[in-house]
Amino acid sequence: MSNTLSKIEKRTAYALTLPAVLIVFAIVLFPIFSNVWISFKEVQLKDIRIPEPRAKKIVKSVKNEDSKIKIIYKLRNSSLIQDIRNIKFQDKFPNNVQPVNLDERCKFISNKVQCDFGDWSKKYREQFIIFFETKNGEKIDKKKFKLNKPNLKGKADNILLTSDFTLSNFKKVFTNYEFKDLLLTTFYYTFFGTVGAIVFGILSAQMVNQNFRGRSFIRSTLLFPYVAPVVALAFTWELLLDPNSGTLNNLLLNYNIIDKPINLLGQKYVSIFVFGFEFKLRLALTTVIIFEIWRYFPLAFLFILARLQAVPKELYEAADIDGAGPYTKFMNITLPQITAVISILFMIRFIWNFNKFEDIFLLTGGASGTRTLPINVYEQGFSIGDIGMGSAVSMVIVLLLLFFMLIYFKLIGKRANES
Amino acid sequence: MRVKSIITFSIISSFFLFSLISIWKILSTLQGIELKTLNFNFYFLSGIIISFVSIFLSQKLNKLFIVIILSSVFVLIDYFINSSLPIWHYIGTFLILLFFVNKLSKYNKKHFSYNFSAQIIFFDFLTLFGIIFFSFVILFPFYLMLVTSFKTQTLLLINPLDFSIDFTQNIKSLFKSYIIVFTEYNFGKYMLNSSIVSIGTVIITLLLGIPAAYAVARLNFFGKHFLSTSILIIYMFPAIVLVIPLYTVFSQLGLRNSVFGLLIIYTATTLPVAIYMLQGYFKSIPKELEEAGIMDGQNWFGIIVKIILPLSLPAIASVALYVFMIAWNEFLFSLMFLDSPSSFTLSRAIQFLNVGAETPRQYLMAGSVVVTLPILFIFVYFEKYLVSGLTSGSVKG
Repeated sequence: MSNTLSKIEKRTAYALTLPAVLIVFAIVLFPIFSNVWISFKEVQLKDIRIPEPRAKKIVKSVKNEDSKIKIIYKLRNSSLIQDIRNIKFQDKFPNNVQPVNLDERCKFISNKVQCDFGDWSKKYREQFIIFFETKNGEKIDKKKFKLNKPNLKGKADNILLTSDFTLSNFKKVFTNYEFKDLLLTTFYYTFFGTVGAIVFGILSAQMVNQNFRGRSFIRSTLLFPYVAPVVALAFTWELLLDPNSGTLNNLLLNYNIIDKPINLLGQKYVSIFVFGFEFKLRLALTTVIIFEIWRYFPLAFLFILARLQAVPKELYEAADIDGAGPYTKFMNITLPQITAVISILFMIRFIWNFNKFEDIFLLTGGASGTRTLPINVYEQGFSIGDIGMGSAVSMVIVLLLLFFMLIYFKLIGKRANES
Repeated sequence: MRVKSIITFSIISSFFLFSLISIWKILSTLQGIELKTLNFNFYFLSGIIISFVSIFLSQKLNKLFIVIILSSVFVLIDYFINSSLPIWHYIGTFLILLFFVNKLSKYNKKHFSYNFSAQIIFFDFLTLFGIIFFSFVILFPFYLMLVTSFKTQTLLLINPLDFSIDFTQNIKSLFKSYIIVFTEYNFGKYMLNSSIVSIGTVIITLLLGIPAAYAVARLNFFGKHFLSTSILIIYMFPAIVLVIPLYTVFSQLGLRNSVFGLLIIYTATTLPVAIYMLQGYFKSIPKELEEAGIMDGQNWFGIIVKIILPLSLPAIASVALYVFMIAWNEFLFSLMFLDSPSSFTLSRAIQFLNVGAETPRQYLMAGSVVVTLPILFIFVYFEKYLVSGLTSGSVKG
């Protein structure tokens, strides 16, 4: 009895989860695996269309012969690089007509012309002509010939499914002189974006965690950048930072704080002099990081605030009795209470910032030293059009990501054991 | 101790005053007023004077009296320095001063003899400053977005700092950018597309996610543990590593350039988080209720519809809002998968406007307002649910 019950339970469980599992498998897991496959192939963006035979039909009347008509098919192989095999052609014609001198590759059966064109090499083109005449010499109706479209079928290899593999994509990725710079930029962006968001998250949470009027208003306001669409925010920031007509530069010029406009999103380096030493700051990258912090500190704020509100008041009261000042209280009570949240936040945000694409893409498009790995995937795959290379770069991302996740889950496991 | 505290107090409060006045001046400048300097020295010095006066007079005179006198004196001096500014600017300055002196008057001589009084004062003002600073920094871009959409290209070229809105013009010319965005740039259609995709994603995600989450939360089956851990891992994989294979496969299947294809992708990418959030909630529902349902002869469908759903409406609401937000804001897939304007979503359309030659910026900003307002409205209206969605969905962003 219990055996059948558990069987029913299992069957129900599979029925309930199957649709969700299938769709996630098809759209998320399958692409991750096919990434591995594509990254070992030399595929260009223009190759991914499966080649197909095409025919353009042109109907022309024949001079001085009302009962005859000429039909031209412009045949071609749509692919410039691949052959198509075993091409079958079929077209339907009105009743009461018959072909004249039909090509020997074709047959005329019950108003249909069926042809067997064999194989077409790449870039193949042909002008294929059939003449028709009415059986009883009547005037031919041109319109009726235009009604049908020819139907072509052929077999072609899908370039994604062939079995030739190459390591050249990975070789190119790792030997590219920019690769080191790419990794460095990515880590710089990820690390400072994450740390900045958490620091501002702590500050803002500490502020909102006090009683004042308009507190709930501030709390919802602080979440705006996280909730609003990235496209709108990125373009607003572009307007704000534009060197010529941007509000920020004009304000600074207006108050005589700077002499000439600064191209915050378009300048790679800016020199800063500290004690006579020259430091080169990556300006565009820093601006992008600031945008990143601005957009994502609300999340850190939300988490840390929730944790702060759970800190028992007695701890602070006890500290008051011991004569501790605000600074000591913050360092010795507040910070230890939120370290757990911060470490998890750090890992989560680190992983997501590492993958971040939209923000940089919309602000700078990866120019002026802001090209990170995800931007590189897009550039290789779609700007340059080398799908194989793009896949290889995204494989690098996946591998690094798996490594980060390993650390993350170890951390979570450790936390779970502790509590 | 006391002297040190008083000096810290006056310096910190003057910095605070300066930043308040600066923000107000920036806002005034953006209304087209000519203010060429922030005048740090003057405001800093007057801040110090005001704080000293307030400390030493606080026990001798009525509080209200001091507040009003100090503010008026300050505004009068300010008037002589920056004369010929509109009256509302001075009123604003006066209100800021009222607020500031009122804050100061809470501290009298007694405060400075406590332990850590300097620190306490520092933290007090830092908090005040932080609240104002954060609200300003957060809201400023939104403000800019809104006011730019009401200006015209020529006016912005003449004075890029004048964002004042002329309310005397008729409504049609005031909302000209919005009218053009909806008529010439076809934003009505894009809005419809965005709504279809987002609402469709929410519905399908819930339809598939609720049963799956229920199974993961309650039923025993082979592969359950594997499923529940892989949900999280899958969720962490970013769109950018999926985009190339999906692009190639969807191209070959002819699914690109359709709202339907986008709908499938959004559903698949939000399903893991929906299941993850829902199963956590389902686990918290007492099992006895379901056992009672089984006794009554309900099958799983009956249990989900009659017992689980009514009990978990708040959780479902937050998942729905969260998924809606992700779908509405999504950019990368809509960029890769939509080529023809008839199938654009709002995000894609705005990007198209920006790339397309020389779209005047007020139209771009009007478009941005159109895509931002609905989601902000939903956020403010359903804040409780969306915030709980943000916290339990946590990791997406």
